[in-house]
Amino acid sequence: MTDYLVLAGILIVVVGFALRFNPLLVVVVAAIVTGLFGGLDFVAVIEALGKAFNDNRYISVTWIILPVIGLLERYGLQHRARAVIESVRGATMGKLLVIYLLFRQVTAAIGMKDVGGHPQAVRPLVAPMAEAAAEKSHGDLPEDEREKVKAMSAATDNVGLFFGEDIFFAIASILLIQGVFESAGYPLTPLQLSVWAIPTAICAFFIHGSRILAFDRRLGLEKRRWPR
Amino acid sequence: MITYEWLYILAGSFFALWAVLSLLDRSNGKRLGNAAFWGLLAASFLLGSHLSDFANGLLVLAMVGIAGVGGLGRSDPETTTVAQRVDFSKLIGNRLFLPALIVPVTAVAGTLLYNYTPLFETGLFEERRETLILFGIGVVFALVAAMIWLKPPLLAPAEEGRRLLDSIGWAAILPQMLAALGAVFALAGVGDVIGGVAGTLIPENNILIGVIVFCLGMAIFTMIMGNAFAAFPVMAAAIGIPLLVEDYGGDPAVIGAVGMLAGFCGTLMTPMAANFNIVPAALLELKDQNGVIRQQIGTAIPLWFCNVAIIYIGAFLLWS
Repeated sequence: MTDYLVLAGILIVVVGFALRFNPLLVVVVAAIVTGLFGGLDFVAVIEALGKAFNDNRYISVTWIILPVIGLLERYGLQHRARAVIESVRGATMGKLLVIYLLFRQVTAAIGMKDVGGHPQAVRPLVAPMAEAAAEKSHGDLPEDEREKVKAMSAATDNVGLFFGEDIFFAIASILLIQGVFESAGYPLTPLQLSVWAIPTAICAFFIHGSRILAFDRRLGLEKRRWPR
Repeated sequence: MITYEWLYILAGSFFALWAVLSLLDRSNGKRLGNAAFWGLLAASFLLGSHLSDFANGLLVLAMVGIAGVGGLGRSDPETTTVAQRVDFSKLIGNRLFLPALIVPVTAVAGTLLYNYTPLFETGLFEERRETLILFGIGVVFALVAAMIWLKPPLLAPAEEGRRLLDSIGWAAILPQMLAALGAVFALAGVGDVIGGVAGTLIPENNILIGVIVFCLGMAIFTMIMGNAFAAFPVMAAAIGIPLLVEDYGGDPAVIGAVGMLAGFCGTLMTPMAANFNIVPAALLELKDQNGVIRQQIGTAIPLWFCNVAIIYIGAFLLWS
């Protein structure tokens, strides 16, 4: 029975994150409790935590890219990204969002995950363009359909980011996977992991892309039924 | 031989510079907290290999303490104005993307070149560490190229980097902390306990059910916690490593990489991931705060099934 006490750490992580405590605090408390129940004394737990943190420093090395990105932002990287998105003005809503999905996946895959995003790109650019394109093809939209177009724009940003970024090897999630497996005795390389993000990225593009196009088609079919 | 230690000295110098700039930044009311936090992280990078485990542990507790009491503030270093940025971006055009490309190109091309040519024989890089070391080299190349080309003030890259780093704040070390938690889990034998329980629950040697339980656990824990990173060490220690890798002999690379992506499917479906799902609904002034999630469910569920299939095929059928 005492064996099961080491699972308390898992419970602490789940409950602590769900209750919105500071995540760093939650993780440290979970680690200490797990170590104590696992039979270590307090000093040994702190030592284990210190060693584990030290061994996994390479995960936080990724932040050295920030000066490069920040410097390019200083010279208008985000405005350049906007110009790229704006260049597809005139496309249908479906085509526009599919192109944005691809743009978001590809840029995230080469390490530029901040060229999109909700405050930077979706609100000022992608959502208004999608709305305008949908109205151009289908006429005035009822309020709830207009909301769906905006929500779909935000959803497209998320899907593109989540299923593009892991193709870039020097990203926290890939190095976290590497760290967890290495601690358990399975050394892997970042590229070995990141190539396995590609099949899912392709599935995500086709699944979400076809849903966007189906949504655009459905708007076209339903417009007759809307009150004028 | 070039090892991670070189990379740690590089990163440590960056964090040390950010600590000093934070300390000097009188516009940030919490500058002491920022300076202490980034300074401690710099100490971990620069000295960690020479400190005792206990000292490193105290360093972690100090950083977590600062973050836990809300000791970090967001800085606002001087940068260009929106109007200047628009002008620059028109002047420079799409070439502005090029310096950012230097980093992945250096790392990927360098890794391939190193591993598939006689260069490998030289033993220039520590084994299995070449990609991340080349990433560091790529960052240095990109910085030098951007500095020569754009001619910003000397401190601009440091200040622009600090602007971005402070917008991330303490979350910058969360993935590293979670990996450390995974190591403590492994040390305390969490995997053995759960592996024992799961072994009795999952029909013997039914690989497909094992994969489904793993992916379902990733998605559900992610939905509860709002964070796939936090779910990962838990599910890897519980099922991924003891059951799928050790008992069933699956490929750890596929199980790790695609397991994380199964968690991302959960992120698409939970209001707990507020930054991605709730904040944009507010930014877009949607009446339904779950409006974004509603548009994502139809993608997340079929994609989750794809991840199950990719693990089953990639980690087991193709692997053995």
